[in-house]
Amino acid sequence: MTAAATVPRQQIARSDADRAAFKRDLAAVVPHLRAFARGLCGRPDMADDLVQETMLKAWAAQDRFEPGTSMRAWTFVILRNIYLTDMRRNRFRGEYDELVAERILVEPAGQEAPLHLADLHNALLTLPPERREALLLVGAGGFSYEEAAEICGCAVGTIKSRVGRARAALSQMIETGGVPDGDRQGKEAHTAIMDELDMVAAGDGLTEHLR
Amino acid sequence: MVREQEMAVHGKGRPGGGRKPEWAQGLKKLYDSVVEEPLPDDLAKLLAQLDDKEGKQ
Repeated sequence: MTAAATVPRQQIARSDADRAAFKRDLAAVVPHLRAFARGLCGRPDMADDLVQETMLKAWAAQDRFEPGTSMRAWTFVILRNIYLTDMRRNRFRGEYDELVAERILVEPAGQEAPLHLADLHNALLTLPPERREALLLVGAGGFSYEEAAEICGCAVGTIKSRVGRARAALSQMIETGGVPDGDRQGKEAHTAIMDELDMVAAGDGLTEHLR
Repeated sequence: MVREQEMAVHGKGRPGGGRKPEWAQGLKKLYDSVVEEPLPDDLAKLLAQLDDKEGKQ
């Protein structure tokens, strides 16, 4: 509704060519959406559900996409909003990080053991969601701090600090071969995640581009 | 023997953040490994359907 007022008067209905172009761009970023979603929620099936919802929502909202801007960034905003909303509705609660915490605690310290990607992913999943997504965007997705800040709807400094904390936590987990505080961590991590989510829910966690 | 040497080097390693470059790269690999997966059928199908539905409006 208010969108109509802010959209440059260009046009409301898109041509077939526009739609074809949009679809092509959307198709191109689907693998990236899958990677981002997998990193966020850890479970391939849920991740693909997120991607599916994102694609539908993106398609429905295509008139709000500005051609020439980054489709990947635009769709990531949609995906993270769906993810955060789902998290709040308990969809991912409970099952998710008990599983992760258990597996990571079982990993032996093994100095010589090679770092398995699965271990890294598990470590990543123990991070609070905001730090995890910041690290995913910057460290895995290759976004700049500025782009990541835009996707998350927060200040650049906030992203930098989240990435820094995420890196420090991961380094520690990887060096010690487990969660630093032993098995207290599992529960605490869960509480921390939920606290952060409540914060996100109360504040501006959802980026405004799309609600 | 060669292997032992390698282990020794790897085992002693650098203290502290010695592992960091490795896992930082791993994060990218993790992401890329998913990007490179073939698209699951349901997502491919959904993509194909987007046009059908909308094309009729």
